Amino acid sequence: MALIELRDIGFAYPGLDPVLEGADFRLESGERLSIVGPNGAGKSTLLKLIMGLLVPIEGTVVAFDQPRQCEADFVEVRRRVGLVFQDADDQLFCPTVAEDVAFGPLNLGKSKSEALEIVDTVLSRLGLTHLRDRVTHKLSGGEKRLVTLATVLAMEPEVLILDEPTNALDPENYARLVQILQGLDLALILVSHDPEFRQTIAPQGYRLQQRQLQRI
Amino acid sequence: MVYVLTERDSPSPDPLADRRPLRQVLVGLDPRLRICAAVVFAVTVVAFDTLWALAASLVVSLALLGLSGLALRQTLKRMLMMDSFIIFMLVLLPFTMPGTPIFSLWGLQASWEGVLRAVEIGLTANAVILAVMTLVGSMEPVTLGHALFSLKVPASLVHLLMFTIRYIDVLREEYQRLRIAMKLRGFRPGTNWHTYRSFGYLVGMMLVRAIERSERILAAMKCRGFTGRLVLLEEFRLRRADLAFAVVMGCVLLALILVEVAHGAY
Repeated sequence: MALIELRDIGFAYPGLDPVLEGADFRLESGERLSIVGPNGAGKSTLLKLIMGLLVPIEGTVVAFDQPRQCEADFVEVRRRVGLVFQDADDQLFCPTVAEDVAFGPLNLGKSKSEALEIVDTVLSRLGLTHLRDRVTHKLSGGEKRLVTLATVLAMEPEVLILDEPTNALDPENYARLVQILQGLDLALILVSHDPEFRQTIAPQGYRLQQRQLQRI
Repeated sequence: MVYVLTERDSPSPDPLADRRPLRQVLVGLDPRLRICAAVVFAVTVVAFDTLWALAASLVVSLALLGLSGLALRQTLKRMLMMDSFIIFMLVLLPFTMPGTPIFSLWGLQASWEGVLRAVEIGLTANAVILAVMTLVGSMEPVTLGHALFSLKVPASLVHLLMFTIRYIDVLREEYQRLRIAMKLRGFRPGTNWHTYRSFGYLVGMMLVRAIERSERILAAMKCRGFTGRLVLLEEFRLRRADLAFAVVMGCVLLALILVEVAHGAY
């Protein structure tokens, strides 16, 4: 069964040339896929289409065996698919790390004590307990990246989507990210320009070039 | 707000809140109580008319400053900064109010009533601002947001405050990055069109980036199940020390009101 499926998707930003034409994409359960392509080819756009942040001009987005069209359809998708954004500062908006990690679980209707329990579990699983009460905007770039991953994993997603996760990571945090991702038992979509990282995490995938999405 | 943020890193509640030295008694109190106390104090002081009551209020504010653990010199400096805003009004007041003349300057008569009114306003403003700084200004901005939220201040206002706290530093960094980039390409501000235009571009670029960032943040929040309601984690409890403070503060206010009534023309 496919977790996420795009059928014949076309998309253009208002007043601009099309970014995608007739794009088909399929992510099976447990599969790890990477998406490669030049800058500005529309990789991030593709991810936004999957999350329902953008609405395709044509084609259908199918997630968890149901076609998704309106905002309400995607609320459920967003609970089951976790997207880690390219710029960590966009994602970490709460004053402290604990509050940011708790934000997702609280939105899912968990109580405060349950949310705090999840915070502690996730942070200790990723070895980030020491950052728990830190102020988010004062974390280093690498720490921010790992914390954004924690905020998404706190929602226990079935699919993890990473947009350029290795941006601005030093070798040590890079190694930790690889270690964490290899320890996860999740379907995964990876957008990355780093060939070595792709090879380790998700060697299979698609190429996005000149509006076309092709399997490689 | 930025420098308040950079002073301390961890806003975690202090477990020793009940056993503080006298100098920092206020820090351990419930933030909600501190906000309420500041508001009640401010409203009461603004209503006073007699110099005695106002002077006594300023003394109370100074006492609060002593209990807040804030750096004396720095806080008084900030108070003076506020004074510089109203100084012109205070200086002009004696010349604009009619009454018994004291002296004249360049043909303008200064009145005794005007001087009195200026002193009154000066005392009121300083007493209130000092109380607000010691009671409210001494807490973490984040705590302030949470306390306002639990005092039933409209959620959208609290969110506005929280987002400002979170992103004002990001914006400042962005501004500094752009300024450095300009400097590295030989930009020297002067009094010419090139400077005005470049600063215009800088401000415009920051606005565009801020809007785009806000859109990305909203997208990121939606991806984590945000539907328009923020849940805050922190919970406040009134302790014995808080009740004691409330009682003492109430007595002090009552005493101030008595001073006002005793000296006022009622």
